[in-house]
Amino acid sequence: MHELSIAQSILEIVEQHLPPGNDAAVRSVKLKVGDLAGIVSDSLEFCFSAITMGGPLEGARLDIEHVPITGECRDCGGRAPVRDHIFACPSCGSGNLAVVAGRELQVTEIELFDKLPEPP
Amino acid sequence: MSVITIERKILEKNDEIAAENRSLFARHGLFVINMVSSPGAGKTSILEKSLEYLKGKLKVAVIEGDVQTDLDAQRVARYGVPAVQIVTRGGCHLEANLVRDALKNIDLSGMQILIIENVGNLVCPSNYDLGEAMKVVVASTTEGDDKPLKYPAMFRNASVLVINKIDLIPYVNSSLRTLRTNALQINPALKIFETSCTTGAGIGEWCSWLEERARV
Repeated sequence: MHELSIAQSILEIVEQHLPPGNDAAVRSVKLKVGDLAGIVSDSLEFCFSAITMGGPLEGARLDIEHVPITGECRDCGGRAPVRDHIFACPSCGSGNLAVVAGRELQVTEIELFDKLPEPP
Repeated sequence: MSVITIERKILEKNDEIAAENRSLFARHGLFVINMVSSPGAGKTSILEKSLEYLKGKLKVAVIEGDVQTDLDAQRVARYGVPAVQIVTRGGCHLEANLVRDALKNIDLSGMQILIIENVGNLVCPSNYDLGEAMKVVVASTTEGDDKPLKYPAMFRNASVLVINKIDLIPYVNSSLRTLRTNALQINPALKIFETSCTTGAGIGEWCSWLEERARV
């Protein structure tokens, strides 16, 4: 359950990028999460909503873009998705693959409301 | 609606501290391994056997990570090596800053190997660089031979696999060959050792490799 500490790090990064003043409300935070990053999206969303309660990020949605694992063959140079965690080159069969995508764990975008939404 | 575009690695703070740890290790010429496994695979037992074997041959220091208690540091300290316990109090993995703080309690001068025993967990520690040269994953035969398929990130991120408790193979539903095949499917570059801390099998081979690496 390291999703809690991941959520905490996301919150810190977003807070560093918010414009000064109290009128910025965050609509969503966009993440890139690789399939090899070991993150459970549901847990991350749950932790994020729990730690943002009562702050400027309350209600902000996590928008998670999953990045599939891609391997690049060091022998034949071919690039292909790694399916079912079989790390072998589909062209030449070599196991000598570099993982070129799938380890991502990044905040890529913060979307703000132009003004605070009216209270219901 | 306005959008702020940023490209920030979520674990950048951890990675920065890990890089500082790594350059500290390099200054001392230390070979550092991060041992990971599920709870009970035998990390501490392998460590004890290794310390016994390496006594008088290599100068070893140990950092122990556990959720609670300093039992493991006590076990290890009996072998006369500097051992520092990190208690995470619920945390499921070690982070680079915890290791940095623990390092303040070890005199690294003259040390050749630092072994960091992570919290028993096959998921969370795989994301956190501590500054080590490599991760060593321990899988025991009693856990089943499908572990690498269930926890691919850890087996992919490790450089070495130690298959422990091989003496129990006759009593469990687990095949060494299948375990090896599954691990190599995830990570064909894995260096594999087979050990038993009860019979002592394979410990010499594992330790000779450690010695060789530490002297590079």
